[in-house]
Amino acid sequence: MKTNYELRKDFSIFENENIAYLDNAATSQKPKCVLDALEKFYKKYNANPHRGAYNLSIKATEVLNKSRHRVAEFLNARFDEEIIFTKNATESLNLLAYSYGMDNIKSGDEIVLSIMEHHSMIVPFQKVAQAKNATLKYMYLNDDYQIDDKEIESKITGKTKIVGIVSVSNVLGTITNYKKIIEKAHSVGAVVIVDISQSIAHKPFDVQDADADFVVFSAHKMYAPLGTGVLYGKKELLEKMSPFMMGGDMIEYVYEQSTSFAPLPNKFEAGTQNVAGIYGLCSAIDYLQNIGYDTIYKIESSLTEYLLKKLKELPFVKLYCTDNLSQHEAVVSFNIDGVHPHDVASILDMQGVCIRAGNHCAQPLLRYLGVDSTCRVSISFYNTKEDIDKLIKALKKVYEMFMKFKNNQR
Amino acid sequence: MDQIEEIYSNIIMERSMQAYHKHELENETCSAHGYNPNCGDDITLHIKLCDDKIEDMSFTGSGCAISQSSTDIMAEVLKGKTVAEAKEIADIFVAMIDRKPITDQQKKLLKDAVAFQNISNMPARVKCAILAWKTLKNKLDEL
Ligand SMILES: Cc1ncc(COP(=O)(O)O)c(C=O)c1O
Repeated sequence: MKTNYELRKDFSIFENENIAYLDNAATSQKPKCVLDALEKFYKKYNANPHRGAYNLSIKATEVLNKSRHRVAEFLNARFDEEIIFTKNATESLNLLAYSYGMDNIKSGDEIVLSIMEHHSMIVPFQKVAQAKNATLKYMYLNDDYQIDDKEIESKITGKTKIVGIVSVSNVLGTITNYKKIIEKAHSVGAVVIVDISQSIAHKPFDVQDADADFVVFSAHKMYAPLGTGVLYGKKELLEKMSPFMMGGDMIEYVYEQSTSFAPLPNKFEAGTQNVAGIYGLCSAIDYLQNIGYDTIYKIESSLTEYLLKKLKELPFVKLYCTDNLSQHEAVVSFNIDGVHPHDVASILDMQGVCIRAGNHCAQPLLRYLGVDSTCRVSISFYNTKEDIDKLIKALKKVYEMFMKFKNNQR
Repeated sequence: MDQIEEIYSNIIMERSMQAYHKHELENETCSAHGYNPNCGDDITLHIKLCDDKIEDMSFTGSGCAISQSSTDIMAEVLKGKTVAEAKEIADIFVAMIDRKPITDQQKKLLKDAVAFQNISNMPARVKCAILAWKTLKNKLDEL
Protein backbone atom coordinates (compact mmCIF):
# COMPACT_ATOMS: atom_id res chain seq x y z
CA MET A 1 0.00 0.00 0.00
CA LYS A 2 1.40 3.37 -1.03
CA THR A 3 1.36 6.30 1.38
CA ASN A 4 0.04 9.77 0.68
CA TYR A 5 3.63 11.04 0.70
CA GLU A 6 4.52 8.63 -2.10
CA LEU A 7 1.34 9.36 -4.08
CA ARG A 8 1.92 13.10 -3.80
CA LYS A 9 5.07 12.63 -5.91
CA ASP A 10 2.84 11.62 -8.84
CA PHE A 11 1.61 15.23 -9.08
CA SER A 12 4.02 17.62 -10.78
CA ILE A 13 2.24 20.71 -9.49
CA PHE A 14 3.55 20.05 -5.99
CA GLU A 15 7.12 20.19 -7.26
CA ASN A 16 6.60 23.80 -8.30
CA GLU A 17 4.08 25.04 -5.78
CA ASN A 18 4.64 24.84 -2.09
CA ILE A 19 0.97 24.90 -1.26
CA ALA A 20 -1.51 23.02 0.85
CA TYR A 21 -4.10 22.36 -1.85
CA LEU A 22 -7.33 21.77 0.02
CA ASP A 23 -9.87 22.59 -2.69
CA ASN A 24 -10.15 19.15 -4.23
CA ALA A 25 -13.94 19.30 -4.36
CA ALA A 26 -13.63 22.08 -6.96
CA THR A 27 -11.15 20.21 -9.09
CA SER A 28 -8.38 17.76 -8.35
CA GLN A 29 -4.78 18.10 -9.43
CA LYS A 30 -3.71 15.81 -12.28
CA PRO A 31 -1.16 13.00 -11.94
CA LYS A 32 1.75 12.75 -14.37
CA CYS A 33 0.22 9.72 -16.10
CA VAL A 34 -2.81 11.82 -17.07
CA LEU A 35 -0.57 14.61 -18.38
CA ASP A 36 1.43 12.00 -20.28
CA ALA A 37 -1.75 10.58 -21.79
CA LEU A 38 -2.72 13.99 -23.13
CA GLU A 39 0.69 14.41 -24.69
CA LYS A 40 0.67 10.88 -26.08
CA PHE A 41 -2.70 11.41 -27.71
CA TYR A 42 -1.59 14.56 -29.47
CA LYS A 43 1.73 13.02 -30.46
CA LYS A 44 0.42 9.70 -31.70
CA TYR A 45 -3.31 9.63 -32.31
CA ASN A 46 -4.54 13.12 -33.05
CA ALA A 47 -7.12 13.32 -35.84
CA ASN A 48 -10.80 13.98 -35.99
CA PRO A 49 -12.57 10.77 -34.96
CA HIS A 50 -15.38 9.53 -37.22
CA ARG A 51 -14.57 11.89 -40.00
CA GLY A 52 -11.56 10.61 -41.85
CA ALA A 53 -11.01 7.68 -44.13
CA TYR A 54 -7.40 7.31 -43.14
CA ASN A 55 -5.56 5.34 -40.56
CA LEU A 56 -4.88 8.11 -38.07
CA SER A 57 -8.53 9.07 -37.88
CA ILE A 58 -9.40 5.45 -37.32
CA LYS A 59 -6.92 5.37 -34.45
CA ALA A 60 -8.55 8.42 -32.88
CA THR A 61 -11.94 6.74 -33.28
CA GLU A 62 -10.57 3.63 -31.60
CA VAL A 63 -9.34 5.70 -28.68
CA LEU A 64 -12.83 7.10 -28.25
CA ASN A 65 -14.50 3.69 -28.46
CA LYS A 66 -12.03 2.02 -26.12
CA SER A 67 -12.37 4.88 -23.66
CA ARG A 68 -16.12 4.48 -23.67
CA HIS A 69 -15.69 0.80 -22.92
CA ARG A 70 -13.29 1.61 -20.11
CA VAL A 71 -15.73 4.05 -18.49
CA ALA A 72 -18.59 1.56 -18.90
CA GLU A 73 -16.49 -1.03 -17.10
CA PHE A 74 -15.56 1.47 -14.40
CA LEU A 75 -19.23 2.19 -13.63
CA ASN A 76 -20.33 -1.40 -14.33
CA ALA A 77 -22.72 -0.29 -17.07
CA ARG A 78 -24.25 -3.07 -19.18
CA PHE A 79 -23.55 -1.45 -22.53
CA ASP A 80 -20.84 0.90 -23.77
CA GLU A 81 -23.45 3.09 -25.44
CA GLU A 82 -24.91 3.88 -22.04
CA ILE A 83 -21.91 6.18 -21.57
CA ILE A 84 -22.14 9.66 -23.07
CA PHE A 85 -19.16 11.98 -22.90
CA THR A 86 -19.83 15.59 -21.95
CA LYS A 87 -17.63 18.43 -20.83
CA ASN A 88 -18.76 18.31 -17.18
CA ALA A 89 -21.60 17.45 -14.82
CA THR A 90 -23.34 20.70 -15.75
CA GLU A 91 -23.62 19.67 -19.38
CA SER A 92 -24.77 16.17 -18.39
CA LEU A 93 -27.53 17.66 -16.22
CA ASN A 94 -28.63 20.15 -18.88
CA LEU A 95 -28.84 17.30 -21.35
CA LEU A 96 -31.13 15.43 -18.95
CA ALA A 97 -33.27 18.48 -18.21
CA TYR A 98 -33.85 19.22 -21.88
CA SER A 99 -33.91 15.78 -23.45
CA TYR A 100 -35.66 13.92 -20.66
CA GLY A 101 -37.30 16.62 -18.53
CA MET A 102 -38.86 18.76 -21.24
CA ASP A 103 -40.30 15.69 -22.99
CA ASN A 104 -41.57 13.77 -19.98
CA ILE A 105 -42.72 16.33 -17.45
CA LYS A 106 -46.30 17.49 -17.70
CA SER A 107 -48.40 20.05 -15.93
CA GLY A 108 -49.03 19.00 -12.33
CA ASP A 109 -46.08 16.59 -12.18
CA GLU A 110 -43.50 16.89 -9.45
CA ILE A 111 -39.72 17.01 -9.59
CA VAL A 112 -38.05 16.25 -6.27
CA LEU A 113 -34.49 17.35 -5.48
CA SER A 114 -32.52 17.39 -2.27
CA ILE A 115 -31.78 20.81 -0.81
CA MET A 116 -28.09 19.86 -1.09
CA GLU A 117 -28.10 19.90 -4.89
CA HIS A 118 -25.59 21.98 -6.84
CA HIS A 119 -26.93 24.85 -8.97
CA SER A 120 -26.17 22.67 -12.01
CA MET A 121 -29.02 20.37 -10.91
CA ILE A 122 -31.36 23.00 -9.49
CA VAL A 123 -31.33 25.61 -12.24
CA PRO A 124 -31.99 23.35 -15.27
CA PHE A 125 -34.81 21.53 -13.49
CA GLN A 126 -36.27 24.80 -12.26
CA LYS A 127 -36.47 25.75 -15.91
CA VAL A 128 -38.24 22.47 -16.73
CA ALA A 129 -40.70 22.94 -13.89
CA GLN A 130 -41.46 26.50 -14.99
CA ALA A 131 -41.84 25.59 -18.65
CA LYS A 132 -44.12 22.64 -17.91
CA ASN A 133 -46.05 24.11 -15.02
CA ALA A 134 -44.76 21.35 -12.78
CA THR A 135 -43.84 21.60 -9.09
CA LEU A 136 -40.27 21.56 -7.84
CA LYS A 137 -40.03 20.12 -4.32
CA TYR A 138 -37.08 19.73 -2.00
CA MET A 139 -36.07 17.11 0.52
CA TYR A 140 -34.69 18.92 3.58
CA LEU A 141 -32.20 17.92 6.27
CA ASN A 142 -32.41 16.95 9.91
CA ASP A 143 -30.15 18.44 12.60
CA ASP A 144 -27.45 15.97 11.66
CA TYR A 145 -27.37 17.25 8.03
CA GLN A 146 -28.99 14.07 6.73
CA ILE A 147 -32.22 13.42 4.83
CA ASP A 148 -34.50 11.39 7.10
CA ASP A 149 -36.36 8.37 5.76
CA LYS A 150 -39.55 10.19 6.71
CA GLU A 151 -38.60 13.09 4.44
CA ILE A 152 -37.99 10.68 1.55
CA GLU A 153 -41.32 8.95 2.14
CA SER A 154 -43.30 12.16 2.33
CA LYS A 155 -41.74 14.08 -0.56
CA ILE A 156 -41.63 11.35 -3.21
CA THR A 157 -45.25 10.68 -4.16
CA GLY A 158 -47.36 9.32 -6.98
CA LYS A 159 -46.97 12.67 -8.74
CA THR A 160 -43.16 12.51 -8.71
CA LYS A 161 -41.61 11.93 -12.13
CA ILE A 162 -37.94 12.86 -11.63
CA VAL A 163 -35.76 12.75 -8.52
CA GLY A 164 -32.30 14.34 -8.36
CA ILE A 165 -29.86 13.51 -5.59
CA VAL A 166 -26.16 13.96 -4.92
CA SER A 167 -24.27 10.95 -3.62
CA VAL A 168 -22.23 13.36 -1.49
CA SER A 169 -22.91 17.03 -0.78
CA ASN A 170 -20.25 19.39 -2.09
CA VAL A 171 -20.84 21.68 0.91
CA LEU A 172 -21.50 19.43 3.87
CA GLY A 173 -19.78 16.20 2.88
CA THR A 174 -22.97 14.36 3.83
CA ILE A 175 -23.19 10.91 2.21
CA THR A 176 -26.79 10.60 1.12
CA ASN A 177 -29.00 7.53 1.25
CA TYR A 178 -29.44 7.49 -2.51
CA LYS A 179 -30.25 3.77 -2.54
CA LYS A 180 -33.28 4.30 -0.37
CA ILE A 181 -34.30 7.28 -2.54
CA ILE A 182 -33.98 5.19 -5.71
CA GLU A 183 -36.08 2.41 -4.18
CA LYS A 184 -38.81 4.81 -3.17
CA ALA A 185 -38.75 6.66 -6.50
CA HIS A 186 -39.00 3.43 -8.46
CA SER A 187 -41.94 2.31 -6.35
CA VAL A 188 -43.87 5.34 -7.65
CA GLY A 189 -42.54 5.09 -11.21
CA ALA A 190 -40.12 8.05 -11.10
CA VAL A 191 -36.61 8.10 -12.57
CA VAL A 192 -33.61 9.06 -10.47
CA ILE A 193 -30.55 11.10 -11.42
CA VAL A 194 -27.59 10.55 -9.11
CA ASP A 195 -24.91 13.25 -9.19
CA ILE A 196 -21.74 11.44 -8.14
CA SER A 197 -19.39 14.38 -8.81
CA GLN A 198 -18.31 14.49 -5.17
CA SER A 199 -18.01 10.77 -4.50
CA ILE A 200 -16.40 9.21 -7.55
CA ALA A 201 -12.88 10.31 -6.59
CA HIS A 202 -13.36 8.63 -3.22
CA LYS A 203 -15.60 5.62 -3.76
CA PRO A 204 -16.51 3.40 -6.71
CA PHE A 205 -20.05 3.59 -8.08
CA ASP A 206 -21.88 0.60 -9.55
CA VAL A 207 -24.78 1.79 -11.69
CA GLN A 208 -26.43 -1.63 -11.79
CA ASP A 209 -26.12 -2.28 -8.09
CA ALA A 210 -27.58 1.18 -7.36
CA ASP A 211 -30.18 0.71 -10.11
CA ALA A 212 -29.75 4.40 -10.95
CA ASP A 213 -31.53 5.57 -14.08
CA PHE A 214 -29.08 8.36 -14.81
CA VAL A 215 -25.71 9.14 -13.30
CA VAL A 216 -23.62 12.27 -13.89
CA PHE A 217 -20.19 13.42 -12.85
CA SER A 218 -17.41 15.84 -13.70
CA ALA A 219 -14.33 13.74 -14.36
CA HIS A 220 -12.03 16.70 -13.67
CA LYS A 221 -12.80 16.21 -9.99
CA MET A 222 -11.40 12.67 -10.17
CA TYR A 223 -7.94 13.45 -11.56
CA ALA A 224 -8.98 13.59 -15.23
CA PRO A 225 -8.35 16.65 -17.42
CA LEU A 226 -10.61 19.71 -17.25
CA GLY A 227 -13.36 19.59 -19.83
CA THR A 228 -14.28 15.96 -19.27
CA GLY A 229 -17.57 14.76 -17.83
CA VAL A 230 -19.81 11.74 -18.08
CA LEU A 231 -23.48 10.94 -18.37
CA TYR A 232 -24.64 7.38 -17.78
CA GLY A 233 -28.21 6.48 -18.69
CA LYS A 234 -30.08 3.21 -18.87
CA LYS A 235 -30.10 2.26 -22.53
CA GLU A 236 -33.87 1.95 -22.80
CA LEU A 237 -34.26 5.51 -21.44
CA LEU A 238 -31.53 7.08 -23.57
CA GLU A 239 -32.92 5.43 -26.69
CA LYS A 240 -36.30 7.06 -26.23
CA MET A 241 -34.88 10.51 -25.57
CA SER A 242 -34.53 13.19 -28.21
CA PRO A 243 -31.09 14.68 -28.86
CA PHE A 244 -29.83 17.64 -26.88
CA MET A 245 -27.40 19.44 -29.16
CA MET A 246 -27.69 19.28 -32.91
CA GLY A 247 -24.90 19.20 -35.45
CA GLY A 248 -22.29 16.96 -36.92
CA ASP A 249 -21.65 13.36 -35.79
CA MET A 250 -25.09 12.97 -34.24
CA ILE A 251 -27.01 12.47 -37.47
CA GLU A 252 -27.73 9.75 -40.05
CA TYR A 253 -29.25 11.65 -42.96
CA VAL A 254 -29.70 15.36 -43.25
CA TYR A 255 -32.11 16.73 -45.85
CA GLU A 256 -32.88 20.35 -46.45
CA GLN A 257 -35.88 20.28 -44.17
CA SER A 258 -35.42 17.24 -41.95
CA THR A 259 -32.85 15.00 -40.27
CA SER A 260 -32.69 11.51 -38.90
CA PHE A 261 -30.50 11.01 -35.89
CA ALA A 262 -27.69 8.56 -35.24
CA PRO A 263 -28.18 5.76 -32.72
CA LEU A 264 -26.61 5.81 -29.26
CA PRO A 265 -24.16 7.03 -28.18
CA ASN A 266 -23.56 9.41 -31.11
CA LYS A 267 -27.06 10.86 -30.87
CA PHE A 268 -25.93 12.72 -27.76
CA GLU A 269 -22.42 13.63 -28.85
CA ALA A 270 -22.78 16.43 -31.35
CA GLY A 271 -19.61 17.89 -32.78
CA THR A 272 -15.99 16.91 -32.38
CA GLN A 273 -15.33 15.36 -29.00
CA ASN A 274 -12.50 16.13 -26.58
CA VAL A 275 -10.83 12.82 -27.37
CA ALA A 276 -7.52 13.76 -25.79
CA GLY A 277 -9.30 14.63 -22.55
CA ILE A 278 -11.30 11.42 -22.72
CA TYR A 279 -8.07 9.48 -23.22
CA GLY A 280 -6.76 11.30 -20.13
CA LEU A 281 -9.91 10.27 -18.27
CA CYS A 282 -9.11 6.61 -18.97
CA SER A 283 -5.64 7.15 -17.65
CA ALA A 284 -7.15 8.68 -14.49
CA ILE A 285 -9.36 5.61 -14.06
CA ASP A 286 -6.31 3.35 -14.43
CA TYR A 287 -4.47 5.47 -11.91
CA LEU A 288 -7.28 5.35 -9.34
CA GLN A 289 -7.76 1.63 -9.74
CA ASN A 290 -4.05 0.98 -9.45
CA ILE A 291 -3.94 2.79 -6.13
CA GLY A 292 -7.16 1.08 -5.16
CA TYR A 293 -10.22 2.65 -3.59
CA ASP A 294 -9.45 0.80 -0.34
CA THR A 295 -6.13 2.57 -0.04
CA ILE A 296 -7.73 5.87 -1.00
CA TYR A 297 -10.35 5.37 1.67
CA LYS A 298 -7.77 4.55 4.34
CA ILE A 299 -5.68 7.63 3.62
CA GLU A 300 -8.56 10.04 3.17
CA SER A 301 -10.63 8.89 6.12
CA SER A 302 -7.71 9.21 8.49
CA LEU A 303 -6.88 12.67 7.12
CA THR A 304 -10.52 13.76 7.43
CA GLU A 305 -10.66 12.46 10.98
CA TYR A 306 -7.50 14.38 11.82
CA LEU A 307 -8.85 17.53 10.15
CA LEU A 308 -12.11 17.37 12.10
CA LYS A 309 -10.29 16.72 15.37
CA LYS A 310 -8.03 19.70 14.81
CA LEU A 311 -10.87 21.99 13.76
CA LYS A 312 -12.89 20.99 16.82
CA GLU A 313 -9.98 22.05 19.02
CA LEU A 314 -10.41 25.62 17.77
CA PRO A 315 -13.16 27.20 19.88
CA PHE A 316 -13.81 29.92 17.30
CA VAL A 317 -14.68 27.46 14.52
CA LYS A 318 -18.26 26.47 13.79
CA LEU A 319 -18.47 23.22 11.82
CA TYR A 320 -21.31 22.30 9.50
CA CYS A 321 -21.10 18.54 9.47
CA THR A 322 -22.41 15.40 11.03
CA ASP A 323 -20.55 13.75 13.90
CA ASN A 324 -21.28 10.43 12.28
CA LEU A 325 -18.10 9.88 10.28
CA SER A 326 -19.51 6.87 8.44
CA GLN A 327 -22.00 9.25 6.81
CA HIS A 328 -19.39 11.83 5.90
CA GLU A 329 -17.01 12.20 2.95
CA ALA A 330 -13.84 14.29 2.63
CA VAL A 331 -15.53 17.72 2.44
CA VAL A 332 -15.78 19.99 5.51
CA SER A 333 -17.53 23.37 5.73
CA PHE A 334 -16.96 25.75 8.61
CA ASN A 335 -16.95 29.39 9.64
CA ILE A 336 -14.75 31.45 11.90
CA ASP A 337 -16.62 33.47 14.45
CA GLY A 338 -16.79 37.09 13.30
CA VAL A 339 -14.72 36.70 10.13
CA HIS A 340 -16.15 36.60 6.64
CA PRO A 341 -15.18 33.42 4.71
CA HIS A 342 -13.67 35.44 1.87
CA ASP A 343 -11.31 37.15 4.26
CA VAL A 344 -10.41 33.76 5.69
CA ALA A 345 -9.67 32.34 2.24
CA SER A 346 -7.58 35.37 1.20
CA ILE A 347 -5.51 35.37 4.37
CA LEU A 348 -5.02 31.59 4.07
CA ASP A 349 -3.99 32.04 0.45
CA MET A 350 -1.27 34.44 1.54
CA GLN A 351 -0.03 31.68 3.82
CA GLY A 352 0.04 29.06 1.07
CA VAL A 353 -3.23 27.34 1.89
CA CYS A 354 -5.89 26.94 -0.82
CA ILE A 355 -9.48 26.60 0.32
CA ARG A 356 -12.80 27.62 -1.16
CA ALA A 357 -15.04 30.28 0.33
CA GLY A 358 -18.50 31.28 -0.74
CA ASN A 359 -21.79 29.63 -1.45
CA HIS A 360 -20.29 26.71 -3.39
CA CYS A 361 -22.96 26.91 -6.09
CA ALA A 362 -25.51 25.81 -3.51
CA GLN A 363 -27.31 29.00 -2.50
CA PRO A 364 -30.60 27.28 -1.58
CA LEU A 365 -28.72 25.00 0.83
CA LEU A 366 -26.88 27.87 2.51
CA ARG A 367 -30.08 29.87 2.81
CA TYR A 368 -31.72 26.83 4.37
CA LEU A 369 -28.83 26.56 6.85
CA GLY A 370 -29.13 30.29 7.54
CA VAL A 371 -25.61 31.26 6.46
CA ASP A 372 -24.42 33.48 3.61
CA SER A 373 -21.27 31.56 2.90
CA THR A 374 -18.82 29.09 4.39
CA CYS A 375 -15.18 28.13 4.22
CA ARG A 376 -14.72 24.70 2.68
CA VAL A 377 -11.81 22.29 2.95
CA SER A 378 -11.78 19.18 0.80
CA ILE A 379 -9.27 16.37 1.03
CA SER A 380 -7.51 14.13 -1.47
CA PHE A 381 -5.18 11.19 -0.89
CA TYR A 382 -2.23 13.40 -1.82
CA ASN A 383 -2.84 15.70 1.12
CA THR A 384 -0.80 15.27 4.27
CA LYS A 385 -1.00 15.90 7.99
CA GLU A 386 1.39 18.77 7.34
CA ASP A 387 -1.15 20.37 4.97
CA ILE A 388 -3.73 20.23 7.74
CA ASP A 389 -1.31 21.55 10.34
CA LYS A 390 -0.52 24.43 8.00
CA LEU A 391 -4.23 25.12 7.63
CA ILE A 392 -4.81 25.10 11.38
CA LYS A 393 -1.87 27.41 12.02
CA ALA A 394 -3.13 29.78 9.32
CA LEU A 395 -6.65 29.76 10.77
CA LYS A 396 -5.27 30.72 14.18
CA LYS A 397 -3.45 33.62 12.56
CA VAL A 398 -6.69 34.81 10.92
CA TYR A 399 -8.54 34.73 14.19
CA GLU A 400 -5.78 36.52 16.08
CA MET A 401 -5.64 39.25 13.44
CA PHE A 402 -9.31 39.96 13.68
CA MET A 403 -9.50 39.66 17.44
CA LYS A 404 -6.75 42.21 17.88
CA PHE A 405 -9.01 44.77 16.24
CA LYS A 406 -12.18 43.58 17.84
CA ASN A 407 -10.65 44.12 21.27
CA ASN A 408 -9.51 47.60 20.29
CA GLN A 409 -13.05 48.63 19.52
CA ARG A 410 -14.47 51.38 21.62
CA MET B 1 3.21 38.00 6.51
CA ASP B 2 4.04 41.38 4.97
CA GLN B 3 1.53 40.89 2.22
CA ILE B 4 -1.24 40.23 4.69
CA GLU B 5 -0.57 43.45 6.57
CA GLU B 6 -0.19 45.38 3.36
CA ILE B 7 -3.71 44.45 2.33
CA TYR B 8 -5.41 43.96 5.67
CA SER B 9 -3.95 47.23 6.94
CA ASN B 10 -4.93 48.78 10.26
CA ILE B 11 -7.43 51.15 8.74
CA ILE B 12 -9.14 48.44 6.71
CA MET B 13 -9.34 46.16 9.74
CA GLU B 14 -10.61 48.90 12.02
CA ARG B 15 -13.25 50.14 9.67
CA SER B 16 -14.47 46.66 8.83
CA MET B 17 -14.87 45.89 12.52
CA GLN B 18 -16.40 49.21 13.37
CA ALA B 19 -17.97 50.97 10.44
CA TYR B 20 -18.97 54.54 11.31
CA HIS B 21 -21.53 54.87 8.57
CA LYS B 22 -23.26 51.53 8.73
CA HIS B 23 -26.85 52.40 9.56
CA GLU B 24 -30.12 53.35 7.96
CA LEU B 25 -30.52 56.97 6.94
CA GLU B 26 -33.52 59.03 7.88
CA ASN B 27 -34.72 61.30 5.08
CA GLU B 28 -32.67 59.53 2.43
CA THR B 29 -33.45 60.85 -1.03
CA CYS B 30 -32.23 57.81 -2.92
CA SER B 31 -30.62 54.43 -2.40
CA ALA B 32 -28.61 52.00 -4.50
CA HIS B 33 -28.14 48.26 -4.19
CA GLY B 34 -24.90 46.49 -5.08
CA TYR B 35 -24.22 42.77 -5.15
CA ASN B 36 -21.26 40.54 -5.98
CA PRO B 37 -22.78 37.23 -7.02
CA ASN B 38 -19.63 35.20 -6.62
CA CYS B 39 -18.72 36.47 -3.17
CA GLY B 40 -22.13 37.37 -1.87
CA ASP B 41 -21.16 40.91 -0.81
CA ASP B 42 -24.47 42.72 -0.60
CA ILE B 43 -24.71 46.41 0.22
CA THR B 44 -27.31 49.13 0.02
CA LEU B 45 -26.16 52.74 -0.09
CA HIS B 46 -28.42 55.31 1.50
CA ILE B 47 -27.92 58.78 0.11
CA LYS B 48 -29.31 62.14 1.09
CA LEU B 49 -28.91 64.65 -1.69
CA CYS B 50 -29.56 68.32 -1.14
CA ASP B 51 -29.55 70.23 -4.41
CA ASP B 52 -26.38 68.99 -6.01
CA LYS B 53 -24.64 67.95 -2.84
CA ILE B 54 -24.28 64.62 -1.02
CA GLU B 55 -25.35 65.87 2.35
CA ASP B 56 -25.20 62.49 4.00
CA MET B 57 -24.49 58.87 3.09
CA SER B 58 -24.66 55.58 4.97
CA PHE B 59 -24.90 51.90 4.12
CA THR B 60 -26.41 48.64 5.26
CA GLY B 61 -25.73 45.05 4.21
CA SER B 62 -23.14 42.37 4.68
CA GLY B 63 -19.87 41.27 3.18
CA CYS B 64 -16.18 40.73 3.77
CA ALA B 65 -13.79 43.11 5.51
CA ILE B 66 -12.65 44.57 2.21
CA SER B 67 -16.11 45.45 0.92
CA GLN B 68 -17.38 46.70 4.26
CA SER B 69 -14.41 48.94 4.98
CA SER B 70 -14.32 50.24 1.43
CA THR B 71 -17.99 51.21 1.63
CA ASP B 72 -17.55 52.87 5.00
CA ILE B 73 -14.52 54.86 3.89
CA MET B 74 -16.29 55.89 0.69
CA ALA B 75 -19.20 57.30 2.66
CA GLU B 76 -16.79 59.34 4.72
CA VAL B 77 -14.74 60.61 1.78
CA LEU B 78 -17.72 61.62 -0.31
CA LYS B 79 -19.89 63.21 2.31
CA GLY B 80 -20.25 66.90 1.54
CA LYS B 81 -19.08 66.55 -2.06
CA THR B 82 -21.10 67.59 -5.07
CA VAL B 83 -22.37 64.89 -7.40
CA ALA B 84 -19.75 65.86 -9.99
CA GLU B 85 -16.95 65.70 -7.41
CA ALA B 86 -18.15 62.35 -6.13
CA LYS B 87 -18.19 60.88 -9.61
CA GLU B 88 -14.69 62.16 -10.24
CA ILE B 89 -13.37 60.69 -7.00
CA ALA B 90 -15.07 57.36 -7.71
CA ASP B 91 -13.33 57.28 -11.10
CA ILE B 92 -9.98 58.04 -9.48
CA PHE B 93 -10.54 55.23 -6.99
CA VAL B 94 -11.28 52.72 -9.75
CA ALA B 95 -8.28 53.97 -11.74
CA MET B 96 -6.02 53.49 -8.69
CA ILE B 97 -7.29 49.93 -8.24
CA ASP B 98 -6.72 49.23 -11.94
CA ARG B 99 -3.15 50.48 -11.46
CA LYS B 100 -3.62 53.31 -13.89
CA PRO B 101 -1.41 56.34 -13.22
CA ILE B 102 -2.97 58.92 -10.95
CA THR B 103 -1.49 62.25 -9.86
CA ASP B 104 -0.61 63.14 -6.28
CA GLN B 105 -3.36 65.71 -6.42
CA GLN B 106 -5.91 63.05 -7.32
CA LYS B 107 -4.55 60.77 -4.64
CA LYS B 108 -5.18 63.46 -2.06
CA LEU B 109 -8.84 63.51 -2.98
CA LEU B 110 -9.10 59.83 -2.08
CA LYS B 111 -8.02 60.45 1.53
CA ASP B 112 -8.26 57.19 3.54
CA ALA B 113 -9.40 55.29 0.46
CA VAL B 114 -5.76 55.09 -0.68
CA ALA B 115 -5.57 52.19 1.77
CA PHE B 116 -6.88 49.98 -1.05
CA GLN B 117 -4.08 50.75 -3.48
CA ASN B 118 -2.49 47.32 -3.16
CA ILE B 119 -5.67 45.32 -3.54
CA SER B 120 -4.81 44.43 -7.12
CA ASN B 121 -2.11 42.19 -5.66
CA MET B 122 -5.05 40.03 -4.69
CA PRO B 123 -7.12 39.96 -7.88
CA ALA B 124 -9.84 37.85 -6.30
CA ARG B 125 -10.71 40.74 -4.00
CA VAL B 126 -10.72 43.65 -6.42
CA LYS B 127 -14.46 43.33 -6.91
CA CYS B 128 -15.03 43.60 -3.18
CA ALA B 129 -13.07 46.84 -2.98
CA ILE B 130 -14.82 48.57 -5.86
CA LEU B 131 -18.38 47.35 -5.28
CA ALA B 132 -19.54 50.42 -3.34
CA TRP B 133 -17.83 52.86 -5.67
CA LYS B 134 -19.29 51.33 -8.82
CA THR B 135 -22.71 51.10 -7.24
CA LEU B 136 -22.60 54.76 -6.30
CA LYS B 137 -21.26 55.88 -9.66
CA ASN B 138 -24.02 54.02 -11.50
CA LYS B 139 -26.62 55.63 -9.31
CA LEU B 140 -25.22 59.12 -9.72
CA ASP B 141 -24.99 58.64 -13.49
CA GLU B 142 -28.72 57.90 -13.52
CA LEU B 143 -29.64 61.11 -11.79
C1 LIG C 1 -22.12 17.84 -6.65
C2 LIG C 1 -21.70 18.63 -7.84
N1 LIG C 1 -22.44 18.60 -8.96
C3 LIG C 1 -22.10 19.29 -10.05
C4 LIG C 1 -20.97 20.07 -10.08
C5 LIG C 1 -20.70 20.85 -11.32
O1 LIG C 1 -19.50 20.53 -11.86
P1 LIG C 1 -18.99 21.28 -13.18
O2 LIG C 1 -18.84 22.71 -12.81
O3 LIG C 1 -17.70 20.61 -13.47
O4 LIG C 1 -20.01 21.06 -14.23
C6 LIG C 1 -20.17 20.13 -8.93
C7 LIG C 1 -18.92 20.89 -8.86
O5 LIG C 1 -18.77 22.07 -8.85
C8 LIG C 1 -20.55 19.40 -7.79
O6 LIG C 1 -19.83 19.45 -6.67
